[in-house]
Amino acid sequence: MSNPATVSEREQKILGIIETARGKRAKFRDSHITMAHGAGGKATQTLIEGLFVPAFASATLGAMADAGTVEIDGIELALTTDSYVVKPLRFPGGSIGELAVNGTVNDLAVSGARPLALSLSLVLEEGLSAEDLRAEVQAIADTARAAGVEIIAGDTKVVERGHADGMYVCTTGIGRRDPRATLSPSALAPGDRILLSGSIGEHGTAIMLARNEFELDASIESDTCSLWPAVDALLDAVGPDLRCLRDATRGGVASVLNELARASSVAMIVREGDVPVHPAVAGAAEILGIDPMYVANEGKLVAFVAPESAEQALRALRNVNGCEQAAEIGEVRTTPSGMVLVQTSFGGRRVMDQLVGDPLPRIC
Amino acid sequence: MKFVDEFRDPELGRALSGEILSLVEPGRHYKLMEVCGGHTHSIYKYGVDDLLPANVELVHGPGCPVCVIPMGRVDDGIALAHEDGVIFTCFGDMMRVPGSQGSLLEAKAAGADIRMVYSPLDALRIAKQNPDREVIFFAIGFETTAPSTALTLKRARAEAVPNFSVMCSHVTIVPPLRALLESPDLRLDGFIGPGHVSTVVGARPFEFIPADYGKPIAIAGFEPLDILQAIVMILRQLADGRCEVENQYTRVVPYEGNLRALEVMAEVFELRPHFEWRGLGFISHSGLRLSEAYADLDAERRFDVPGVRVADPKACQCGEVLKGVIKPWECKVFGTACTPERPIGTCMVSSEGACAAYYNYGRFAREREVV
Repeated sequence: MSNPATVSEREQKILGIIETARGKRAKFRDSHITMAHGAGGKATQTLIEGLFVPAFASATLGAMADAGTVEIDGIELALTTDSYVVKPLRFPGGSIGELAVNGTVNDLAVSGARPLALSLSLVLEEGLSAEDLRAEVQAIADTARAAGVEIIAGDTKVVERGHADGMYVCTTGIGRRDPRATLSPSALAPGDRILLSGSIGEHGTAIMLARNEFELDASIESDTCSLWPAVDALLDAVGPDLRCLRDATRGGVASVLNELARASSVAMIVREGDVPVHPAVAGAAEILGIDPMYVANEGKLVAFVAPESAEQALRALRNVNGCEQAAEIGEVRTTPSGMVLVQTSFGGRRVMDQLVGDPLPRIC
Repeated sequence: MKFVDEFRDPELGRALSGEILSLVEPGRHYKLMEVCGGHTHSIYKYGVDDLLPANVELVHGPGCPVCVIPMGRVDDGIALAHEDGVIFTCFGDMMRVPGSQGSLLEAKAAGADIRMVYSPLDALRIAKQNPDREVIFFAIGFETTAPSTALTLKRARAEAVPNFSVMCSHVTIVPPLRALLESPDLRLDGFIGPGHVSTVVGARPFEFIPADYGKPIAIAGFEPLDILQAIVMILRQLADGRCEVENQYTRVVPYEGNLRALEVMAEVFELRPHFEWRGLGFISHSGLRLSEAYADLDAERRFDVPGVRVADPKACQCGEVLKGVIKPWECKVFGTACTPERPIGTCMVSSEGACAAYYNYGRFAREREVV
């Protein structure tokens, strides 16, 4: 790809066509829903930007934040909802019940809202053992208590055997926007530092291994936890210098960075060697041919901070229980706009693109 | 990771990069083809091309086993997957490759029972677990994966698993290379030889490249230092005026290959008279099918396969891109009829193909500047 510097007229024209195509809003043209639509990458984005956002025509929804906002008598409330369909229901480090609480709490937290209360909807499959249900209800209660949120509304449906994998859980969360927070996906400015709250890829890898499809053994636990303490510490330490927060769930850190590079029309450069990865996660990813940057987390956030406050933010983050490994992994640049680049540990650079479909393992 | 990080040492990388710089003549442009898709992946993953001088260009070769499968063959696979009672199994990255009516991933969404496996043995296990279903394995890949298909077929025979069959789309590496080298407009200076394939076939089958066509080749491993070292070997041959098969990957590749694997392949497979390659057309003796002795395990005989041939669109110029004759953006359909969302040719199908890479990263590849 190293080319002589001159760009011909024809090449310039083609680059123009590509840019125009890239700039167009995604259209949803597929004839069926495939697993890729749920993977958090390009296909998911097509579905959201091409179908949902235009249909509901809400400015708040169109902002594509992790939670929407409603203002009542000068009080800003944040609202978010999420469904949990994980298989297996229990896995090393957590269970569907814990995810259902922490996941929704985290969407509020990274929107700069203190989580207040949750609703809980359960879709149960005929034949689910009462013991499993009881265990998950207990997990939900314990996790909610730990996160300081109350479950204040609920619903239950039962579907026939074969129509749900044991149980699906849906939670909706409400929180109060913290006055210290001025967060926006389009607020990133060149020079901003990118912080990561800890090591990546643990949740996704734990689930993959728990499914036992690969006959691999490793002691990797899901990182599911509430991110509010981390957000609280960051807001306390650097308040208005915090530009934006995201929890790196589906699609991993790579997807979060790509989304925000586009939203803020900036470039980013990530130093691969500074990204903390547990050796067991790195090993599993190596064997499976998957990049940990695209693997899901359930308790890690990415923070964008003004350069002058980056050190202070990092120090505050590292004092939070569970964030001891927090690191500065890169920074925001100007061009190429909308692109995320990686400085590899080996010394080269490459583009870290948006995920096109499910991360499918390579054959060779 | 021990025994892995050693092959990714940035300091050694810089040293090799310096050596490469000292070997190239400033006024000369070098085009080297990495034959194997695995190399393309490593080059991309580690940013290897970033460590090369501007006049050393890497051209991505025909060795991505999923991308070379033609549309008609994907359509045939999808037709089989839709047969009553069939469980259709294949490798993960094959699922995204488009046929004329969509991919296996889309066929799965439309109701076909298509399952991703890591090894043909997983497919055989699924067959044993589902005795009332017909389980078909879509076998693809070069000589790298063919032995594991062969061993699985031998085991299916030994264990008398009646509901297992294979749709064989294995291909061989030498014929497409010869086809590339035969073309009068080829503009390549040397080859980075396919490491994985060579663990099976050895280095000997590549002797024709220097002998008949006067191009150097270095068989390489897949770590970034392997690739840089292979480039050094090729450039040194060019500088010395030598031309031979060199083996950089000696820790894995024996010169004679893996004789046991070759034996098993010879027993289970036979050459097809010709096989169609996406973007390259029909190439004689380039594909494998099951031998007569294993005919009863051949899905194409057990089931009715439409066998429709879907012609590559005339305007597609993958062949020329692969030969290094044209750049992706010089192809007539690039960026208009052929995009990563709706790819036509093999170079766009794979995310690491030359065209897809240019479409996605061209701007950066051009400027190489982050400001």
